[in-house]
Amino acid sequence: MSDAENPSNPTPDEQTDFEPVQVFDDETEMDLRPGADNCYKCTSCDTSCPVAEVDDDFPGPKFQGPEQWRLKRKGDEDIDDSIMSCSNCMRCDNACPSSVPLSQMHNTARGEYVDEQMDKLSREYIRNRILSNYRIMAEIGSKVPRLTNFALNNSVVQKVNEKVLGITSERDFPEFAQQTFREWWHERGGARVSSEEKKIAYFHGCYSNYNTPEVAKALVRVFEVFGYEIAVPRQRCSGTPMFANGMLDDAERAAEVNVSEFSDLIDEGYDVIASCTSCSMSLRQEYPELFEFHGTAEVSAHTYEAMEYLRIHEDLEAEIENASVEEQSFAYHAPCHARNQGLEHQAVELFRELDGVNIEDVGDSCSGISGTYGWKDEKYDTSMKIGEEMFDHMEHAEGNVGMTECPTCSMQMEHGTGYDIKHPLQLLEEALV
Amino acid sequence: MPIREDVLVVGGGLAAATAALAARETGKSVRLVAHKKSTLRQASGLIDVLGYVDGDGPRANPYGAVADLPEDHPYGLVGEAGIREGLRIFDDAVGDAYAGGHTDANALVPTYGGTVKPTARYPESVAPGLASIDEDTLFVGFEGTTDFSAPVVAEHVVAAGVPFAARGVTVPFPKTFRDDARATRFAKALDEDEAADDGGGVRRALADAVAEHLTDEERVGFPAMLGDDRDAEVREELADRLGVSVFEVPTGPPSLLGLKLEDRLFAALDEAGVRLSTGNPAVGYEADGDRIEAVYVDRKGKNVPYHAEQFVLATGGLVGKGIGSDRERVTEPVFDCHVPHSEDRYEWSESEAFGGHAFARFGVVPDEELRPTAASGEPEFSNLRAAGGVVGGADVAREKSASGVSLATGAVAGGRAGEEA
Repeated sequence: MSDAENPSNPTPDEQTDFEPVQVFDDETEMDLRPGADNCYKCTSCDTSCPVAEVDDDFPGPKFQGPEQWRLKRKGDEDIDDSIMSCSNCMRCDNACPSSVPLSQMHNTARGEYVDEQMDKLSREYIRNRILSNYRIMAEIGSKVPRLTNFALNNSVVQKVNEKVLGITSERDFPEFAQQTFREWWHERGGARVSSEEKKIAYFHGCYSNYNTPEVAKALVRVFEVFGYEIAVPRQRCSGTPMFANGMLDDAERAAEVNVSEFSDLIDEGYDVIASCTSCSMSLRQEYPELFEFHGTAEVSAHTYEAMEYLRIHEDLEAEIENASVEEQSFAYHAPCHARNQGLEHQAVELFRELDGVNIEDVGDSCSGISGTYGWKDEKYDTSMKIGEEMFDHMEHAEGNVGMTECPTCSMQMEHGTGYDIKHPLQLLEEALV
Repeated sequence: MPIREDVLVVGGGLAAATAALAARETGKSVRLVAHKKSTLRQASGLIDVLGYVDGDGPRANPYGAVADLPEDHPYGLVGEAGIREGLRIFDDAVGDAYAGGHTDANALVPTYGGTVKPTARYPESVAPGLASIDEDTLFVGFEGTTDFSAPVVAEHVVAAGVPFAARGVTVPFPKTFRDDARATRFAKALDEDEAADDGGGVRRALADAVAEHLTDEERVGFPAMLGDDRDAEVREELADRLGVSVFEVPTGPPSLLGLKLEDRLFAALDEAGVRLSTGNPAVGYEADGDRIEAVYVDRKGKNVPYHAEQFVLATGGLVGKGIGSDRERVTEPVFDCHVPHSEDRYEWSESEAFGGHAFARFGVVPDEELRPTAASGEPEFSNLRAAGGVVGGADVAREKSASGVSLATGAVAGGRAGEEA
């Protein structure tokens, strides 16, 4: 820069009769995404995009967001179909020095692409709709867990899924628990602690209800040790898989239920706690970005990840320092959606102080599965390529038990290394309950 | 009991990292709270201490030039001892990944714009390219990397009066990427020695392509994208195949040298036991009289208090958003510290693009303890210090002093915060 020469005639043209130009046809219909013009094309987002890193054909978040919006401003440009290759990890949000709301643009663009350009009878659409509405499948499947577990992981069924639906046969379906968390919760008679001041409403999400109720139970027991009254209201999917597949109408219906149920409890003094970092991300960031239900802002402001909440409101550090567990070693992976909430260091930071535990961060690479992304036949290889760095780090770590907050990251960790995977709440339960 | 530390550093760049390391050396518990990914990844990766004073230079000895700076320059407060302390912390943190510590003199490093920049520390991959080394040089650029034109770099370097001959050539990268491929893509292909378009490894193919152009030059300079994790191996192989030394020229953002420096510093913070909270901005504070009790971190709509005994503000300058401005006024957004500026905004800048702009010196006014002061000259708070770009009085772009100011003020502010906590 400093070598640029000054122009020989630096006097600018005199402009005394300056008239501002009307850029937009109609001021009330100004289609400029908020923040699009904050992008100064530094490409920090592209450099932090795990998909762009392994897929040379993917144009990256800068194109998917601000550039696409600029192209569209003139009218009849289609959304580029590469938007479906974005995995919605949201790392670009965190990388942007200019606070451009990249993932919001991607979600909106993907929604528009699916609504207007995608064939609703296509295999891809039907498959995506099924994957993103996992909860409905799970609700039916969990009624007969043994049969479902058997059927889903039957190789014939898997081949049919792959051929007909485009769901990869490389992966094993997560097992359904014999008893869902909600069944357990009702059986035990709901909350066992009552309190006037300390009240949480638990957003368990689908996975810990149908597949890993041990995580949800750990949350209940840990919070009860600290004297919290727990409510488990009616709830639907957080919407994360729906955003990632551009099924914004489905997401909106689910969000409306969640916002209405949880905002009522917030009025009664409850805070919302999630054990899955994608769920808390969704309630916190994506809801207010995409929807305008009454209570959305309150739900966003009152939602916390479980350990985050305890760190803010309790002296978790002191509790951990006084506790001990049997000797064990973990390879910890921070999910992308934990990173975006500023939570990527907390598990390692805390458990380092726990007697008996050796915990190692396996680095900042994305696991690559990104919810439904890695389940798609055509995305499976990309997903595994992204995950390679994490698998490698896990294998070099001292521990041979993995740890993460995200259910799909844990599927990928298990799939890539064969390790058992724990949720931090389970270790917290072991230490404190 | 909420999150509590002895020392809380607000910011995620070079100044914040240095302050956190300095505070940690006193044995106190330290947490760093950073918002976005560090601005280090936008920076060249070079560590400049002082190259020019009021447009005059390059100066051979940064320490010697300090006396010529205006009185209110932060170097005046921290002195030569502060600068040396900052560099010591830096050298400890990066180990042998950086060179330049053997001398007090500035090194002259060719940049991607073709200027020759006076700098105090430089990545080891840059070292063979120093302008003071009298070796004829071939600069090599890749087709499609629009911000690095090897012929222009060579021409400008020669025009800068270097003691050697230089030429620039542009070659196609031996593996075809999309037109707007990122620097990281080139680096990764070299790291993994991916297959070139002709089937062989890209390292060999690249060496062959460059060898065709090499006449009697003794070294070859590439834009800084020669590998990421295995960079030393890549350079060594290229040098072996070409039979000359190979170096990197620092590039613009996103800069691999900047990214690597960020990684190294964060690894050093982790090793030192500094706690990290990243991803959410600090937006305000809670005080008891003139003592700050906690900094509020905005966690998507909710303020989370981070308590500490001592605080260091290292949020950067106008570019890093540690200093904010609108048409009316210039502010420091976290603690609302006093930032002196003319009421008439037309006096904030000069008509000359590279002139001595007032805005370049905007920042908080530190006392001798580096505590930001109010208009009265009294400290704003008794337990808040400032470091790096948020501190006013330095025109770091013109002086080539940005890293040095960050290191020196970071070391002093962090060290004192640690001692008092």
